[in-house]
Amino acid sequence: MTVLHVKGLSAAYRKNTVLDNVTFQVAKGTLTGIVGPNGAGKSTLIKTLLELHPRIAGDVHVFGSPLKKVKSRIGYVPQRGSVDWDFPTNALDVVMMGLYGQIGWLKPPRSTHKKKAMEALDKMGMADYAGRQISQLSGGQQQRVFLARALVQDAELYFMDEPLAGVDAATERAIMLTLQSLKASGKTVMVVHHDLQTVDQYFDHVLLLNRTVIDHGKTEEVFTQDNIIRTYGGALRRIKGDESLAYTASK
Amino acid sequence: MSYTAWILLTAVLVGLSCSLIGVFLILRKMAMMADAISHTVLLGIVTAYLITRSLSGVHMLIGAIVAGLLTSILVQWLNNRGVQQDASIGVVFTTLFAIGVVLISTSVGNVHLDVQHALMGEIAFIPWKTINVPILGEIPEATLLLLVVLIIVIVAIIAFYKEWKITSFDPALAASLGIPVAAMHYLFMGLVSVTTVASFDAVGAIMVVAMLITPAASAYLWTDRLLVMLGLSGGFGMVSAGIGYGIAVLLDTSISASMAFATGIIFLLSFLLSPVHGLLGRKLRPPKPIEDAQTAHI
Amino acid sequence: MKALHILLLSNTQWVLFSTMLLGMAAGMIGCLAYWKRQSLMSDALSHAALPGIVISFMLLGYKNMFVLIIGAAISALLGACLIQWVTVASRVKEDSAMGIVLSVFFGMGIMLLTIVNRTAGGNQGGLDNFIFGQAATMVRSDVDMMMFLALIVILIVTILFKEWKLFLFDPSFAQGLGMSLRGMNLLYTFVLVLTIVMGIQAVGVILMAALLIIPSVSARYWTQSFGWMVALSAIFGGLSGAIGTVVSALGTGWPTGPFIVIVAATFFAVSLIFGKHKGWLVQKLELREKQKEAKRPSQQHLSRKILKEEG
Repeated sequence: MTVLHVKGLSAAYRKNTVLDNVTFQVAKGTLTGIVGPNGAGKSTLIKTLLELHPRIAGDVHVFGSPLKKVKSRIGYVPQRGSVDWDFPTNALDVVMMGLYGQIGWLKPPRSTHKKKAMEALDKMGMADYAGRQISQLSGGQQQRVFLARALVQDAELYFMDEPLAGVDAATERAIMLTLQSLKASGKTVMVVHHDLQTVDQYFDHVLLLNRTVIDHGKTEEVFTQDNIIRTYGGALRRIKGDESLAYTASK
Repeated sequence: MSYTAWILLTAVLVGLSCSLIGVFLILRKMAMMADAISHTVLLGIVTAYLITRSLSGVHMLIGAIVAGLLTSILVQWLNNRGVQQDASIGVVFTTLFAIGVVLISTSVGNVHLDVQHALMGEIAFIPWKTINVPILGEIPEATLLLLVVLIIVIVAIIAFYKEWKITSFDPALAASLGIPVAAMHYLFMGLVSVTTVASFDAVGAIMVVAMLITPAASAYLWTDRLLVMLGLSGGFGMVSAGIGYGIAVLLDTSISASMAFATGIIFLLSFLLSPVHGLLGRKLRPPKPIEDAQTAHI
Repeated sequence: MKALHILLLSNTQWVLFSTMLLGMAAGMIGCLAYWKRQSLMSDALSHAALPGIVISFMLLGYKNMFVLIIGAAISALLGACLIQWVTVASRVKEDSAMGIVLSVFFGMGIMLLTIVNRTAGGNQGGLDNFIFGQAATMVRSDVDMMMFLALIVILIVTILFKEWKLFLFDPSFAQGLGMSLRGMNLLYTFVLVLTIVMGIQAVGVILMAALLIIPSVSARYWTQSFGWMVALSAIFGGLSGAIGTVVSALGTGWPTGPFIVIVAATFFAVSLIFGKHKGWLVQKLELREKQKEAKRPSQQHLSRKILKEEG
């Protein structure tokens, strides 16, 4: 079953086209990695899909309907960069923010919401840190809290923008385990990913993006050397001398 | 020289000194710091008066420098203790200014400063208070002070041009080259204080800010070269002073306020019509496209 | 004795109550401004309100508080729009744009004020009081208006509390949940301008920013919860407003603004030193504790040492 259908999506920043005629479908229960070079439009793709950024052209259907009707079934984990880490709030509070959509505007949170938030923190191994100020958490711990915030939304389709950027190995494992369990329970996850080396390990599907879709589909079919070169352009050098897909693009 | 000529000369001197310093102020993103110092020099002047019981120019200058440096130091200190930059500036200058106003209005120690004067200056009175100087003869005290300050400003800019240029654009690089960034900063702040207090008599606290920031910002919209920017800023400063005086005479209103208003007009025109960086320029030349990044992360 | 006598006057009580409410509202909005990293914007907007006040007076011919406040609001909003426009549409940075609007608008205000004062002869309608504030000249209708506006501001912050928290902490995520960032920004500007124009009467254009900045910075030293920060800020602001007004009433013709600011600054100094969270004293004590701990060898280490020595 197709949960996401994108057709001819285009977007721009000022006068520069950042997304050009993007078309792809995503099936239910898949874990898709979105890869591409800097400036390829990966973050913009997510923002445009979610109508956080204006669309120039194209159609987006989620669960067969236009976005407005199904917003509550979608979860979004933005990049960590925009947050003010000095802000006086603790881990539990941050996770509760994920429930604001369910609580409703103008209404206060209830104890049931608090319980849900604690459960989500627990799933990410952060239950002991519920009362800790976010400024006192490590990068990996902060990311786990943001994942918990996404989990608590109980969405069916998740968009995550570079959730593994700047986290330690243990956190990376924990996050990927969580994503795998989401997939196992029938949820669909799309992740903007920066590390080419781990794509075939982590994702069953991949979307190669450089302003437009270079290719998309099952990782084993689509994540080929040719496609990577087409996506990243320029000369790619192998830094490991064998079959392992270790590439670096030269300037 | 005639009465009007003295006033115009004084106004032009204010415009020139402030607008030259202003170039570095806006490049270092310290516009609000200038706003802060222009308020706290009031306390400096009042304190200087309380201590020395005289309103002589030199004492006021020293009071102002101390106030300006104190402001910088306190803001820096608060910032280091975790208070945001903007808020640090806000706390320090409003408190110091409030203390200054209280000292004046409660006449503690009989401070005979008029608050209105401190705020708005009264350039019209300047030609009356003269001082005898060899060679030049009788010239107004405030004008003389401004002339001296202008010379100091020009000399300082020439002497420290390279250092201030680097520390404005890349303090990290400057530090690595062995340039004393902090010293340059405080030196600069001292210069701002001196210029501010010299202009006080003429235009008062708040309009000094207009003279410091606006001509420089206007110049910023016309050129990418620092030297040209300094020249243009100075020019705009002088022209604003002249136009402001004209408006004030026409409408029979405060000269300093009109000068501030004139700087605004020049800025508006630059903002709209500069073919380099104004709106007109942006319409004529579309912005450059984002370069393709061909590097992949590993 | 004079102070007590003043406190007994019912008019003073009303004025006190209104400056207290003003302080509370300003304290709360100040917290929002702090986390939006726009503390000094309130300074720029306060100064920008002056020409609006004078023009309203010139158009009307006499002092009507309601009309003056509308004029102030329009002028301040115009200033806010210009700052935004210049920052977005040119290479001039936000701080410069604020400095320009602040001084040029204020200059315009003084130009017009001078004309008004000269033509009408004498202190026309007490417009000069808008520069440093004079709560004592407020009449009953002014007081009522101020209380009404203050209550609106306090309500907006309280009812939408969790929305403000989300908006300030993580606007991208908030947008993802469906919050309109533009709507929140507009609402924020609205309450900010409302607070500024209502406070100008009591504190004056020049020092209004102080009431928005100082209480919230003081509150930061006592708590790590956003909710408590807003509450404490309201308390500090309210007390500063009330106490400052009383002190300024002790002398004839003393402006209210500077005294309110000094009271607020005193609270700040106390918070800086004694505050539970990052206050100077607390940090010193914590440092000493840690230093003592480091000197004390751990029990385990000691027993291991003994075992080794015993062979």
